[in-house]
Amino acid sequence: MAVKGRVWRFGDNVDTDAIIPARYLHTSDPSELARHCMEDADQRFASGVQHGDIIVGGRNFGCGSSREHAPMAIKAAGVSCVIAASFARIFFRNALNVGLPILESPEAARRLEDGDMVEVFLDEGLIRNTSRGEEYRAIPLPEFMQRIVDCGGIINYIREKIGMTP
Amino acid sequence: MGMTITEKILAAHAGRDHVEPGELITVKVDMVLGNDITAPVAIDQFRKTGASKVFDPNKIALVPDHFVPNKDIKSALQCARLREFAKEQGIPHYFEVGRMGIEHCLLPEQGLVRPGDVIIGADSHTCTYGALGAFATGVGSTDMAAAMTLGEIWLKVPESMKFVYFGRPRRWVYGKDLILYTIGHIGVDGATYKAMEFCGDSIENLSIDSRFTMANMAVEAGAKNGIMAADEVTLEYLRERAKGPYQVFESDPDANYGAVYEYDVSEIEPQVAFPHLPSNVKPISEVGELPIDQVVIGSCTNGRMEDLRAAAEVLRGRRVHPEVRLLVFPGTQQVYLQAMREGLLEIFVEADAAISTPTCGPCLGGHMGVLAEGERALATTNRNFVGRMGHPKSEVYLSNAAVAAASAVKGRIASPEEV
Repeated sequence: MAVKGRVWRFGDNVDTDAIIPARYLHTSDPSELARHCMEDADQRFASGVQHGDIIVGGRNFGCGSSREHAPMAIKAAGVSCVIAASFARIFFRNALNVGLPILESPEAARRLEDGDMVEVFLDEGLIRNTSRGEEYRAIPLPEFMQRIVDCGGIINYIREKIGMTP
Repeated sequence: MGMTITEKILAAHAGRDHVEPGELITVKVDMVLGNDITAPVAIDQFRKTGASKVFDPNKIALVPDHFVPNKDIKSALQCARLREFAKEQGIPHYFEVGRMGIEHCLLPEQGLVRPGDVIIGADSHTCTYGALGAFATGVGSTDMAAAMTLGEIWLKVPESMKFVYFGRPRRWVYGKDLILYTIGHIGVDGATYKAMEFCGDSIENLSIDSRFTMANMAVEAGAKNGIMAADEVTLEYLRERAKGPYQVFESDPDANYGAVYEYDVSEIEPQVAFPHLPSNVKPISEVGELPIDQVVIGSCTNGRMEDLRAAAEVLRGRRVHPEVRLLVFPGTQQVYLQAMREGLLEIFVEADAAISTPTCGPCLGGHMGVLAEGERALATTNRNFVGRMGHPKSEVYLSNAAVAAASAVKGRIASPEEV
């Protein structure tokens, strides 16, 4: 699967309070969460983000709380993929579980700039920067996690496991 | 090759003799936890699995603690969903306002988490229970739903890092200072995906409350879990509490660690974390002149008796600075009652502090102490990210409860030695 979009560049240690501030956690409605996505990090984001756009972070993206509302908000905002040098572990699990594609690529995180146009080939872990004519490689997911992604998330995986039809 | 305490607990719950760091395993869980923010999403996901019953109602705890007492209509609806789900599924460990506490203060107090257990919680500070020698880690709502359905969860066995603390702590130094110092040393991603194992004679001499504080903040270094072996202090704490039998594990002498750090505790001063990362620490002697608007004492990090006693010791016979608001949040109803019996609440009220029912409220800028633009707070909480306690242009500094109380009196961040 390939996705294509414009880069929104953020720094290291983007925390879950920046992704979706706790003051909005009295709801889990994805579209409402999306309206406040990245609000405390970049006020222009929620109104400016286009369907398919890509968030790029540095190290430790998604650190902080366990709120699944963070990847939910990013996904509902229309973001097609998050690329970072590294992810905080709970965010990593949550993103897989809600079906938000994420790629770990220190090289891409270092090279990609705000506004770059990028094509991402998720299965191969290939990131193509069409603005600069560069390509970067992502660290592939372990096979077990790829199976969960292939099932369409952990819920479908469980439905299979307990004998429900997916 | 021997195993660490974390590896032993995971192996036992995976039905294995041995596990290695990096292996993906499925483990049985002894307790699954959710709160009023994370459990509503987990309940939605549980419905989608097609299961009608949770795997074991006795192994699920639901604690409305973040936006309670209900701060608005939407929060009230979220809490109602927890209440209804608990009733529908016959979950006994649902804790209503008036009978509750901040989840990570409450579950140990209720004896619901024990040495050797595997605990999964849809809250990042679930790692707190490692203080009792349990494997405990935070997950999201969908993982919580999966664990509620199957009674198990997949995990990658974390590599362990060993943190050895030796020497006698100085006056006014608590578990909070040791963990802030450690996070300052290794950074907010210094232990990402790792197990932080705390040991050494300073840990053996540490109170159970300080141990909870240390394990609680393991996640602020990115760790999967923080853990310390159960000892006499732990067993004493569990004596009247633990519900059911438990097994005590400890690391083998030849266990393998990715890194070993040693700290001479006698050299550590009370620590203050500056905005906007918990790793941005300075010793109290290097803080400088920083006037504050609000002080918060409480939270799952520092809302226990040791913290309230330390604060009361500083505040006894003193008054909060006229330009400061001091908010005190006992961690549980039991802590509230004990503080009342010991006369601590009287000291707080006479010092002009506001005392709240247990809630996470201000720690995450939810309610009960939200900051205005430009305001600065000192809090005994665990995070000081941008906007954490309110306006994105407000600031949060982190410290132990004694420093927080002294600062409330002085009107600026101050050492207890100064009051």
